[in-house]
Amino acid sequence: MGIISRGFGGRRRESVPGLPPGQYLTHDFPVLSAGPTPRIPLDRWSFTIATETGEKKSWNWAEFTALESADVTVDIHCVTKWSKLGTTWRGVSLDTLLADVETAADYTMVHSFGGYTTNVPMEDLLDGKAWIAYKFDGEDLEPEHGGPARMLIPHLYFWKSAKWVNGLSLMNDDEPGFWEAAGYHMYGDPWLEQRYQGD
Amino acid sequence: MARAALPGRLTWRAATLVGERWETPSARTLVLDVPDWPGHLPGQHVDVRLTAPDGYSAQRSYSIASAWADNATDKTVELTVQRLDDGEVSPYLTDTLEIGDQIELRGPVGGWFVWRPAQEKPVLLLAGGSGVVPLMAMIRARGAAKGKQPFRLIYSVRTPEDACYAQELSRRVRDDPGLDVHFVHTRVTPRKRIDVATINSYGWPADFTPDCYVCGPTTFVEAAADILVALGHDPKRIRTERFGGTS
Amino acid sequence: MNPLDGNAMAGDLRELFTVDVTAARYTCAGCGHAEAVGALVLWGQDMGRVGRCPHCEDVVLRVVNAPDRVFLDLHGSVRLELPLAGS
Ligand SMILES: [Zn+2]
Repeated sequence: MGIISRGFGGRRRESVPGLPPGQYLTHDFPVLSAGPTPRIPLDRWSFTIATETGEKKSWNWAEFTALESADVTVDIHCVTKWSKLGTTWRGVSLDTLLADVETAADYTMVHSFGGYTTNVPMEDLLDGKAWIAYKFDGEDLEPEHGGPARMLIPHLYFWKSAKWVNGLSLMNDDEPGFWEAAGYHMYGDPWLEQRYQGD
Repeated sequence: MARAALPGRLTWRAATLVGERWETPSARTLVLDVPDWPGHLPGQHVDVRLTAPDGYSAQRSYSIASAWADNATDKTVELTVQRLDDGEVSPYLTDTLEIGDQIELRGPVGGWFVWRPAQEKPVLLLAGGSGVVPLMAMIRARGAAKGKQPFRLIYSVRTPEDACYAQELSRRVRDDPGLDVHFVHTRVTPRKRIDVATINSYGWPADFTPDCYVCGPTTFVEAAADILVALGHDPKRIRTERFGGTS
Repeated sequence: MNPLDGNAMAGDLRELFTVDVTAARYTCAGCGHAEAVGALVLWGQDMGRVGRCPHCEDVVLRVVNAPDRVFLDLHGSVRLELPLAGS
């Protein structure tokens, strides 16, 4: 660690008990982007699940938003060390989306408009652990926060909750996504501080 | 972390604030004493790192505003920092840092967006807002070297009050032969934008094969670079630096 | 959020290499465009630095800084041409 800069506090942050190790509490909602924000008209939006055998299942926006939705309140943890507590979302559970999909795949790759990808084990998407969210705090999800719809997997670091999702491919073997290929952890459990490969 | 300082590799140095001045109501020049500073080229920048008592740190890049002369007695390094009100680092540098305080500095870095006094071509500098900083370093270096290369600066800024270095620029236009400066005011009626006519009138013809340096916000840089290409300038002679969200 | 450009990567890269990589020319694996690393459009400052080709927006170069390691991913670049010091 370098010299301390007198009077420098940085962004308002609190170390509170109960957070994953190394995390600070934030009250705003920082935006992280690895590329330009895609603007996706709802009439061109779709979400496609492709199985390991090549079968595909798609929903357009009307079909997707007609699915049973859930209101969830969760804590989110970004690998850049901010955590935000009690965030409220509305979305479709991955249990609902995967209910009629024939698969034996153990791994998945989440795909986004703009080319972003992130890998998530299948079991982390099931049993009420993951949603595709399209409302945040009662409002339509803003493009900079991933709208029209983003993944929400709150038990993993937030880079796994891909913004601007448009698909999920199911895989027999694990493969790295965008940040995982550049050194981030393949799984990303905030409670085990799995930030980088080898952590 | 104990990182061995290998020769040729860059490490962080402590810099002490030894002087300061306001260029505009929201832009402050920091005069820094950096022991063993190796010197720099105009257009290069430094990374600044601030560390809070609990170990939290934030890092940003800033262009160097001053010119460096190996034989000069003044061995300080100057940065001009534009305050962004919702920023994390810039308000600290403009409003909190006091004479005698230390920050960490890594540099100089960057070898692409630089002007070397040995370059013989005419130079066209296009500045948007605080993007003027590295271009000012080039003007100062030319002045210090008594360079004969014709220099033209087109400086797009909201109002005259938002222009950095205004007095020094008018003095240099008078005293540095071959330097011209033209301002474009984007928030003074009639509002102007940098456009084909402006660059055509106040820049250099493409036939002169000038070296062009464009620095400013992304939208400015893209617009200005597109105009230069449309006017026939060789893209290889256009160097750009985006002054994005350095908060 | 506004992107910066490859020039802002100079410090991180200079900590790794003894030459200035921003003056190197990359050749984009996506579109074949060749330009200085300094001209890359730079995104994603907080998790890591993502340099995209200004021509096709593909990712050319990524730098991720862990506390004890640096990851440099160049798979979007078919090659880097590095000027040697003094030339
Ligand atoms: Zn390309």
